[in-house]
Order: sequence, then structure tokens, then C-alpha cells
Amino acid sequence: MSDDFSIAGQVFGSRLITGTGGAANHDVLERALRASGTELTTVALRRVDPAARGSLLEVLDRAGVQVLPNTAGCRTAREALLTARLGREALGTDWVKLEVVADEDTLLPDAVELLEAAEQLVGDGFTVLAYTNDDPALALRLERAGCAAVMPLGAPIGTGLGILNPHNIALIVERASVPVVLDAGVGTASDAALAMELGCDAVLLATAVTRAQNPELMATAMRHAVLAGRAAHLAGRIPQRALAQASSSWQGLARFGAA
Amino acid sequence: MEIFVNGQALQVPDGSSVAQAVKLFAPTVEPGRGAAVALGDQVVASSRWSQTAVNAGDHLELLTAVAGG
Repeated sequence: MSDDFSIAGQVFGSRLITGTGGAANHDVLERALRASGTELTTVALRRVDPAARGSLLEVLDRAGVQVLPNTAGCRTAREALLTARLGREALGTDWVKLEVVADEDTLLPDAVELLEAAEQLVGDGFTVLAYTNDDPALALRLERAGCAAVMPLGAPIGTGLGILNPHNIALIVERASVPVVLDAGVGTASDAALAMELGCDAVLLATAVTRAQNPELMATAMRHAVLAGRAAHLAGRIPQRALAQASSSWQGLARFGAA
Repeated sequence: MEIFVNGQALQVPDGSSVAQAVKLFAPTVEPGRGAAVALGDQVVASSRWSQTAVNAGDHLELLTAVAGG
């Protein structure tokens, strides 16, 4: 069954978006990316190190994935705007994963700076995928600002705590007209499956794979989890009940030793 | 003259361009191949690296894609 989804008119076959941070080396990363089946992966922009060996972009080219520059580390709209413009210049794409965080301990989005950055970037012609809090009101504001996707966190970046407020994620999904990508907090496959069951269009994760003991195997698990969660969402789950409901009929039940 | 690239002091000949400064700092970086430059608060398009002069005391940020996100 074909179940593509699209962001800003671009169609993707895989609903798993990956980050590249945290892998032990490029070889581990490449094998994990291939196993995940992802078609879109984020990169950060940092100062060129003249002594650095090996190019991340060559790895991503070989793996056949599209590059999504992010604004990780930016604390203000001004920093995010400049970083996004540098990403556009370096990588030749006007797509950006917008991250504007409040502090280094929580890495939680700074709502005020985030919204301002989103407005400016959209005005500057960017396709903005906004990393945001699990806040339905803010997600709507970002959508109205012209973001191509909203990406609420399940839990703070790198924590692996899963989806702390599934109710809010469901509310965001219910109200959004743009794709919703669960971003950050995924720790294991069931978290990714839950995101999809809640109706998210895709999942973005990095650390859960790159820092797993076996990144390639965890990437495989995430690919299956996203597919399974999506299928379960489409299939329609049964209502939850307080008491048991037998699936075997009571009719014709043997009465052993009956007279 | 002295300029700063990625926070490091770098001696470049008077009248140098952004392209020359980049070449001195990181010889393997080529314009339009995965790197970008900000001169102060302004992005310098790679097509303009050779025509953009740097002045003593200028701060250049030379960035590239690394694992992240």
C-alpha cells in the first residue's frame, strides 16, 4: 500500500526523518541511515575545522538522502536567521529545520524567538519545519506564520523519555493543517509507534538510533515502528474498556460433568 | 593585516578577498561546495567570495555541515 506523505509539495515514501548527530563515526551513521529507510536527514552548521577528515555530505550523498540543515544551537531569531541563510548558501536548499532554544540544560524551544524567526524565515522564502513545544496554541501560531510543518517535541532533545504529553500531541494533530512531525524525545521503537498511532505524519529522531548500542539494528526497529504505528492509526483501534469482553463465544460452552 | 576566521587570528595580505582568506584558513574548502561564509552579520554568496574584500579586524565565520539534529 502506498502511503506517501508530503511537505511543501515534496513527496516522501518514508515517514521517518533522521538526524545525524551522536554517531560514533561516519560508517556507523551511513549503515544506520540505510537501515532506517529515511529520505530526509538533518545536519547542523558549524565552523569549518581545517584538520577535519571525511565529509558528512559525501556520506549523505552515498546514502541517497536529502539534507535538511538545522539551526541547532541558536538562541535568538537573529542567530537562527543568519544560520538558516548560511545553510541555504552552503547546501543549496531553502528548507530549514528551525530550532531556537531557550537554554542548554533543557534545549526547550523559546516560543517568542521561535515564532519571530519563523515569520522572518517564511518572509525570506524559506520552507520552514519548526521544532516546537508540545503546545497546541504555539503549533497553530507557527502554522499561521507559514511553516510547512510543525514538529512538536515528545520530550526534551536526547532524553529518550518518549512522549510525555500524548494528549497535547493528539490535539496538535487534530488541529493542524500542515504535517505534524514528532520531533525529539524518542527513546525506543514503541515511542515512534505511539507518535504515529496518535496521528503524527512522521517522526524525526536521531539520538535513539545513533547512540543505541547497535545503531543499525535500532534504525531497522524505528523503520518498522513508524510503519506499524501508521498502519495502526489508519486501521482504527478498538475502544478501550474497563472490563473484559470475551472474544470466544459463551454459546456452546462445555459443562463438564453436568448431569 | 590581521583578520579573524572562526575566531582565530589570521594574517592575510592587504587587499585580500574572502576567497583568499578562506584558501589560507582551510585550503580544501571550495566555493559552492558545502561551505558558507558570513562577514560580520552578512552572508557572502560563494559566487562573490573573490570580489568581496576583507579589511583588517574583520570577523569571518566559515561554516559547513556537520552531524547534528
